[in-house]
Amino acid sequence: MATSTTWTEKALASLRHTRFWKSVFRRGPALTNRTRSVAIFGNIFLHLLPVKVREQSLRVRATFYLGSIAFFLFLQLVVTGILLMLYYHPAVPQAYYDMKDLRFVVSNGVFLRNLHRLGAEAMVVVVFWHMFHVFYRRGYRGPREFNWVVGVGLLLVTLFLSYTGYLLPWDQLAFWAITVGTNIIAWVPALGSPIRYELLGGNIVGENALLRFYVLHCVILPLAAILLIAIHFWRVQKDGGLTVGQQDER
Amino acid sequence: MKTPEGPPEAARGSEPPGQRQVTRRDFFNEISTAALGITGLGAAVVTIRYISPNVLFEPPSKFRAGGPDDYPVDSVTYLRDQQVFIVRTAVGFHAISTICTHLGCITEWKPEDSLIECPCHGSKFNRDGEKVAGPAPRPLSHFAILLTPEGELMVDKLSIVKPADVLKV
Repeated sequence: MATSTTWTEKALASLRHTRFWKSVFRRGPALTNRTRSVAIFGNIFLHLLPVKVREQSLRVRATFYLGSIAFFLFLQLVVTGILLMLYYHPAVPQAYYDMKDLRFVVSNGVFLRNLHRLGAEAMVVVVFWHMFHVFYRRGYRGPREFNWVVGVGLLLVTLFLSYTGYLLPWDQLAFWAITVGTNIIAWVPALGSPIRYELLGGNIVGENALLRFYVLHCVILPLAAILLIAIHFWRVQKDGGLTVGQQDER
Repeated sequence: MKTPEGPPEAARGSEPPGQRQVTRRDFFNEISTAALGITGLGAAVVTIRYISPNVLFEPPSKFRAGGPDDYPVDSVTYLRDQQVFIVRTAVGFHAISTICTHLGCITEWKPEDSLIECPCHGSKFNRDGEKVAGPAPRPLSHFAILLTPEGELMVDKLSIVKPADVLKV
């Protein structure tokens, strides 16, 4: 490659000719626009993203990168969440002591816990901001109607993740927040009380409720979020790229 | 491969819709779709039933609350473990739930105001459980209270009674 001048570029260029690289990526160096497109299409992660974007959609004011920030906050929460799971038992009263241990005994535990907690709060703010931004840019209109609905699903998953995570420290704040919240659910006509019973695994916020919220928080809701995020990204490019405001399209 | 059953594709296409002969493949498709549907439905029913617990390790709904003489006349006693107020008036005994009817917080007896007050959203109730102020939609529940043959008070939290029902001792 004519432009491989730096040491990294040279190393990468020679790596691309190896049998190992070709067996993983199924092709050699991407030197033309066509082979670059094929490289994006043929990669399971990159194929969710567009092959090319309009220059104006990369400007900060076009999106404020809110969707990307929400996604990277989600990644941060997955990583810190998995690390927190190494010390946390979803049991009464051990959960509260584990949370105390994370804060006062475990090395860097308080740092990880606060990264997870503050990241979760930031994610709720950013997801709402993203939604408002897309709304005021008329991103909910066709052909992006379906992706707007997927986005609303992601907003709900974000809020449920936040809510289920709120119980896990098993302190007074958590207990009463979930008591009040699940009693609000019980006000839904006819279905409310059964939903509350199944969600708590009983009539009170106790052992079963803690375990159920833990499973929802660590397994079911993250899987739902990953699935919806994949559809959301894929639909952005299928629906013709990002919405850019009217001013930007001039 | 030649299929002995039914006419070939071209011949079938010319028949009017609804008159088409059912082939062996159609038959097995229908049967297996139905079988999959029934299996899926069964799995859903079994799973939904599984999610609902049969045994709960929660405080018992029926409990003994000591003798009537433990409670002075004209008093409200808070039983923390059971979340019940034992109210003794000049007439007799009431067992009133401490759970606020608004969103389920635990209310507190304030002797200085002679009111039962909720710390969460400010609902207030008098000692009969009737709402005086706040967002609570209903009065506090009254539980059945009776005297055992041994002369002990017994409260059943699963049995909700009218506020007029009173245990006279």
